[in-house]
Amino acid sequence: MNISKKEYAQLANRYSAPSKLYITVPKAFAIGGLICCIGQFFTDLYLMIGNDIDTASAYTSITLVLISALLTGFGQYERIAKHAGAGTLVPITGFANAVVSPALEFKTEGYILGTGAKMFIIAGPVIVYGIAAAFVYGIILFIISLFGG
Amino acid sequence: MAKLISEGTIELDRGVSVYSCAAAVGKMESDGPLGNCFDYAAEGAELGLTTWEKAESTFQQYAFDIALRKGKLIKEDISFIFAGDLLNQCTGSAYGLRDTDISFIGLYGACSTMAESLAMASLFADMRLGEYFAAVTSSHFCSAERQFRFPINYGGVRPPTAQWTATGAGCCITSVAEKPPYVKRVTIGKITDMGIKDANNMGAAMAGAAYDTIKRHLLATKTTPDDYDVIYTGDLGQVGTDLMCELFRRDGIEIEPKHKDCGLMLYDREKQDVHAGGSGCGCSASVLCGHILPQIAEGKLHKVLFAATGALMSTTIVQQGESIPGISHLVEISDTL
Repeated sequence: MNISKKEYAQLANRYSAPSKLYITVPKAFAIGGLICCIGQFFTDLYLMIGNDIDTASAYTSITLVLISALLTGFGQYERIAKHAGAGTLVPITGFANAVVSPALEFKTEGYILGTGAKMFIIAGPVIVYGIAAAFVYGIILFIISLFGG
Repeated sequence: MAKLISEGTIELDRGVSVYSCAAAVGKMESDGPLGNCFDYAAEGAELGLTTWEKAESTFQQYAFDIALRKGKLIKEDISFIFAGDLLNQCTGSAYGLRDTDISFIGLYGACSTMAESLAMASLFADMRLGEYFAAVTSSHFCSAERQFRFPINYGGVRPPTAQWTATGAGCCITSVAEKPPYVKRVTIGKITDMGIKDANNMGAAMAGAAYDTIKRHLLATKTTPDDYDVIYTGDLGQVGTDLMCELFRRDGIEIEPKHKDCGLMLYDREKQDVHAGGSGCGCSASVLCGHILPQIAEGKLHKVLFAATGALMSTTIVQQGESIPGISHLVEISDTL
């Protein structure tokens, strides 16, 4: 080979165009923001029909998850996500998509070894480290409380 | 009989024809710039079947059946089948061809399998180990996606360097020299690791292998890119193409005017969302069987090199932080014996 691996890596880097941030970031911001607006709309709606804020928030999450799961099932979510990037990944809709898409995809291997076993293949790490982070947070809070925090 | 003319380069001096060939592709491939040249174009990716794996096997079966039909052959005429694909344990081939009742040699060369299987089928033909030999390969976007990346409906974003696994299959049937196209020489690739670790940049991982194999073939045959009508690579995509041309440029060889990449030919990158281009065994297979070989048969092309490229990786090894070795096998095809 007429090139060292280090030099090749630099060359590869030069020819590998990065994502166009000036397009992707504003799109993610706009679509992510739109999802938040829809969420706010549902919260206001649930408050208006007489729920308290905690119940209205829970209903909003459930509604967004439902919409996301349906869009995933109809094959539309990834079409939006292709443009939205983190805009659809970060809100709770992204989490729903991460659970529903493997659940559907691996249905062909059966409900136990397919859907059941593979459902959390993408979302699993989020749950694991989410719980771990909550645990650490709890310990820190406990220690602070010992010193009269 | 086949003789070694240089390290890895074999000359087939008794004469071998690609007697018949066929390509079966999916919807997106038939919507691309080469759309009209395929023998079978599916309406959808699943072919009305229950799993993607079944669909992939069926594409392979279609390509084989159509190649037989075009050559007015029956499956009993075939002495050996060489086949491979991207699925674990090459099940796309094993299940697609399980009802053929023909001696089967399974191959794995990742996306280079079309050149690898055609090279083997041509060598067997040159050694006269039978009358007809089949080389078959396939890939399917959905079965590859679920094995190597994410579920189809997952809203992940692909970086610009990522490539699109083609849905399709190709089959070549070789025989003793009867009519063009003729397989003249083959160069078997070496495993070439350029140190690339990004599974979303296969083109960069494979460009070194393509460079190495083509360079060795040119040296062994004492030829230059100008001696060929076209030098095809399998699925380097835009990134790999740029890198391979740059590697040749460092040797003072200008390959760019003669070079075409099947991954860049199969799709319209402006209109179809394939990022750096097509990939997968089915990419180079369908372009070879649907476009390149018919062009040679019609006399529109006279002498070409077909160097399919493969990334010899698995998701497990990539997750363990290893770099991705590439390979490229080359077949020289001509319209004169």
